[in-house]
Amino acid sequence: MVKPGDGYKDIPKGGLILEVGNAKSYKTGGWRTERPILDKEECINCHLCWAFCPDSSVLSEDGDVKAEIDYDHCKGCGICAYECPVNAIEMEKE
Amino acid sequence: MKLKEAAKKEERLTGGHRLCSGCGAGTVARLVMRASDNPAVVGCATGCLEVSTTIYPYTAWEDSFIHNAFENVGATISGVESAYRSLKKQGKMDEDFDFIAIGGDGGTYDIGFQSLSGAMERGHDMVYLCYDNGAYMNTGIQRSSATPKGANTTTSPAGEVIPGKQQYRKELTDIMAAHNIPYVAQASPFKPQDLMKKAKKAFEVDGPAFINVLAPCPRGWRSKAEEGIELTKIAADTCFWPLYEIEDGEWKLNYKPKNKKSITEWLEPQGRFKHLFQEENEALVEEIQEHVDQRWNTILNRCGEL
Amino acid sequence: MSNQVALTGNEVMAQAMRQINPDVVAAYPITPQTAMVQVFSQFVADGNVDTEYVTVESEHSAMSATVGASAAGSRAMTATAANGLALMWEILYIASGTRLPIVMPVVNRALSGPINIHCDHSDAMGARDAGWIQFFAENAQEAYDNAIQAVRISEHEDVRLPSMVNLDGFIISHAVENLEILADDEVEEFVGEYHADNYLLNSESPIAVGPLDLQDFYFEHKMQQSVAVENVKDVVLKVAEEYKGISGREYGLFEEYKLDDAEIAVVALGSTTGTAKAAVDNLREQGVKAGLLKIRLYRPFPAQEIADALKDLKAVAILDRAETFSTTGGPVFADVKAALYDIKADVEATNYIYGLGGRDIKVGEIESVFTDLQQVVETGNVEQTINYLGVRE
Repeated sequence: MVKPGDGYKDIPKGGLILEVGNAKSYKTGGWRTERPILDKEECINCHLCWAFCPDSSVLSEDGDVKAEIDYDHCKGCGICAYECPVNAIEMEKE
Repeated sequence: MKLKEAAKKEERLTGGHRLCSGCGAGTVARLVMRASDNPAVVGCATGCLEVSTTIYPYTAWEDSFIHNAFENVGATISGVESAYRSLKKQGKMDEDFDFIAIGGDGGTYDIGFQSLSGAMERGHDMVYLCYDNGAYMNTGIQRSSATPKGANTTTSPAGEVIPGKQQYRKELTDIMAAHNIPYVAQASPFKPQDLMKKAKKAFEVDGPAFINVLAPCPRGWRSKAEEGIELTKIAADTCFWPLYEIEDGEWKLNYKPKNKKSITEWLEPQGRFKHLFQEENEALVEEIQEHVDQRWNTILNRCGEL
Repeated sequence: MSNQVALTGNEVMAQAMRQINPDVVAAYPITPQTAMVQVFSQFVADGNVDTEYVTVESEHSAMSATVGASAAGSRAMTATAANGLALMWEILYIASGTRLPIVMPVVNRALSGPINIHCDHSDAMGARDAGWIQFFAENAQEAYDNAIQAVRISEHEDVRLPSMVNLDGFIISHAVENLEILADDEVEEFVGEYHADNYLLNSESPIAVGPLDLQDFYFEHKMQQSVAVENVKDVVLKVAEEYKGISGREYGLFEEYKLDDAEIAVVALGSTTGTAKAAVDNLREQGVKAGLLKIRLYRPFPAQEIADALKDLKAVAILDRAETFSTTGGPVFADVKAALYDIKADVEATNYIYGLGGRDIKVGEIESVFTDLQQVVETGNVEQTINYLGVRE
């Protein structure tokens, strides 16, 4: 992976990025002013929050959305809480 | 496909991109890419999605990605797809790939229109996805030919004598249908399964496919970030953004609101339309309502619903 | 086995493209390049090539699709002229900046306006700083030879830059010449298979091309390009040596014609150099020590080598088939003069802008340039540095 400060001799030619999906290592969680808290008891696992999340930050494992929220990348837009049909997600001030 | 089933597939657009909080483009791109069953080459026109997902040395795409310029994603992916056909024909590769070109409304309706039209006319086996947020949001909310009439943008500002954008939107989905390509659809993220189903059809047809998706932009719409998806539902319920598809020339309606709502329900929550609710603009709102009604009737008619 | 053929420049360039057999060609017809893509389309229609021919709706899309095809990992070509090249402008920089080894014949024609379809070099000269390698040819034979060699030069690992193979509109593109083309298998072997290091159609190692490259890395990527163009001259000479082995024809960075003992000379490029050779011959018969330097590789500019070749002259005239509207003369003049300055050469240099919009240039006119140079040598005085040759007052 190209590192800050690398010189022209060390980086791939032509601006190519050779490691796909590496934006994962860039944390956007710090943008958040409010964090979504998922109440796993209330959740009906409908996956709407998973589908609507613009930041791929509602994690689903084996078809179960009750896993976790990826706070490294969640920007706190609140769509998940707003759209949840059973109000299982609350937004809390950071 | 059920959402929980769709969620079992690998994520193709990772977190760590730098779209604004609540941006609809991220949701739309993620859902569409879920419908692809092959490795893909993704092309992006210059715009919000492009600048936010591939800031050197990072890329949020798990697939190969190419950005060339603003006005040429149609032609660029034409070239990639042609290389694929050539190499396959020569036996130099045998793997299947999907090809998708993505543009915002600026890169699609306006500056990239010729490139898109050429690519569709030539019949490349590719999907063109437009995420339509109704203005040049990336450069600070300038009007495009997809901006709704009356919207306040930075180049169609609501002023003392001119109440925002003067023209109705260009009906790009119709124009793409007139290319007689195998698949054209209009979709919306509030119906994620419908969107993924359409994307799947688009990837699967042999030849070009075009999908136009309404994408909320809290910055440009002057709306609340958390209400973006809800707004796309209101857009469908007011018939501002109907959901339909044209498969081999057959028009089909995919969503009929139980109670068609007044256009004011779409306009009111968005700051870009605030000035329309001043007394002197009453007639303009009525005119917009009439236009929406007319357009809705046209679509019902084409879809055999009247 | 070479074949003797009588073909126009456009036809022989189409033959070169057939023999190179690129995976993808995306091209748009424009006078005076049209016959080239017509003939090539027939090769596609007849199954003589493996090429996917993308019949784009503009030159902008031609270059855009060629960039896509090249980034995908295929060998990709296009061809254009004049306004078509101007329409590609933005994407020319993207092709070179992305280090894509595209080869593109350019049939040189005047840029509008007013519109004119005939030869001058305003199209290619405008693109001289776009990061492309630029070759110029005296005749169709050279244009053909340049096209074949350009593939190897562009794709060389030390280079990886696109090439523009220029040929003069109508004068070369439409005139029938007797020339030699190589056997198909010789070209196939010479150009070899293209293997990109990193490419889009590789699901094992997918990549991202054309990211947003800001203050922290853009300069480094431009520096890589600067290093690559520095490498071009050596690669051009190595490839020329190898090409001589199969063709018997010799190429350098430029050609020196009767320049060894010359006292006065002209510098030119393109088809005019043939006319200039006739003028030099006539003057030599009269006992005038006249010579010619014909530039083949214009970008990158072989400044040191050209300055060394000119340094012993008493005076030199640089012919430009393009105007820069800078009041400082044509583009070739600026380059040559700077090169002479760098080695502190004591050579008077003058500039002649000629032939714009296809205005014919005759042997007598070039002889008159030599007469002017003789005057400069005799008086030690340059009356007019920038001259317009063949224009009416």
